[in-house]
Amino acid sequence: MAGHAKPISKEELWGGGQSPFSITYGKMMMWYFLVSDALTFGGLLTAYGVIRHGSTEPWPVGEQVFEALPGLHGSYPLMYVALMTFILIISSVTMVLAVEAGHRNDKKGVVKWLGYTIIGGFFFLGSQAWEWSHFIHGSGGGFQIEKPLTVTAKNDAGETFEMNLNAGSWVHMDTDFGHAYEHALEGHDAHAGAGHDDHGHAEHADHAHVDASTMVPEKLILNKYTLEHRDGKDLRKLTVEGEDVKKIWASKADNTVVFGANLSKNEYAVQQQYANFFFFVTGFHGFHVFSGVVLNIVVWLMALRGVFERRGHYEMIEKIGLYWHFVDLVWVFVFTFFYLV
Amino acid sequence: MERDDLHVNDSYALNATHSEEEGKKIRKKLYNVTILLTLLTVVEVFMGVFFKRNGTFTWEVIKLGFIVLTLVKAAYIVLVFMHLGDERRNLKYVILLPYALFIMYLIFIGLTEGLATHDAYNTLR
Repeated sequence: MAGHAKPISKEELWGGGQSPFSITYGKMMMWYFLVSDALTFGGLLTAYGVIRHGSTEPWPVGEQVFEALPGLHGSYPLMYVALMTFILIISSVTMVLAVEAGHRNDKKGVVKWLGYTIIGGFFFLGSQAWEWSHFIHGSGGGFQIEKPLTVTAKNDAGETFEMNLNAGSWVHMDTDFGHAYEHALEGHDAHAGAGHDDHGHAEHADHAHVDASTMVPEKLILNKYTLEHRDGKDLRKLTVEGEDVKKIWASKADNTVVFGANLSKNEYAVQQQYANFFFFVTGFHGFHVFSGVVLNIVVWLMALRGVFERRGHYEMIEKIGLYWHFVDLVWVFVFTFFYLV
Repeated sequence: MERDDLHVNDSYALNATHSEEEGKKIRKKLYNVTILLTLLTVVEVFMGVFFKRNGTFTWEVIKLGFIVLTLVKAAYIVLVFMHLGDERRNLKYVILLPYALFIMYLIFIGLTEGLATHDAYNTLR
């Protein structure tokens, strides 16, 4: 490790006798790496933009897909991601405080602030695990209908609309019914639904006696996730009740029933690219956070053992800090383009 | 392995040290930036929750607002947290200019292509 490295003079290292940027080789290379990594993320987010602009199917809206909080019923749009963003910003601040402590050769301060940064990183990773789990399980689930029909739908304000549903139109079930129906389906056929793998076998046995074919929802939701229409109509949560529910239910195409999301189907949209980009981009960012936490732990142990104290300076904290801030920087953009815009 | 950050006597890492008084000033600046970043995030979330995505001019302005706020946040993270603002000017330009040029070109060409695809699909239907 550090003990085997031998110092080298500036005259030997830099042809001109000193670094042209007044920073060490290590810091410069960290910056170059970050620029290349930023191009990777820039490319991914641009690709997301290309597909989203090219899509003729409605694109899901972040505030509707991500509106749940752990352990709570009801709608809290964007609150959970806002919390994740806040956690990452705070861990960035503790990191920059560790760098500042390093500039004062304050070993105690470095160990303390870097320790908080590691804890923040674990909190973020845990939050992302919950977010993914929720995204994969979904809320109520949905299905496509087989033949065109006309129904009466109601919006939040109580106004009613005559709606023509085309074959292939997407209909959502309300959360409670969706869950009950999902379990009933699993009792018959373990392969129905996208998110079935994560339920225990004991649960399957409990619901095996419920017959899915006799279940009818109380209400159905139209256009729950379909606001990003280019004709610009606000169709938020039109609900269907009564006889119309039975009409729609009778014309559902059975093999299109989807709960949650996986890599081949999802309940949030008719197209699959949205879910795939969500998995890839947030997953790639989460992998960066994970690597960052591992590197932070290594450097924290080095600081604790006094390696940097003996070396006489804490530049390693600066280098690891650059990487950690970069992870925060990427999240700022992911947050905007996946959840807000 | 030869590393210039291990050279204690005249390395650049040592130039970056500061005293306790300077540290106080730096920390104050950091706390201010923290508050600013948090406030900007709160504003973004409220904008996202309260404005309807209905394709009107207002919503287009809000979308542009998200991107502007994001760039402001990014600038504070890069210039203050990553200390790029305190580095020499040539380093700043080497890091920022090629990236900015390339990514603006990529976004322009990508979104143009995406919109063309959208129109083509609509024409075929």
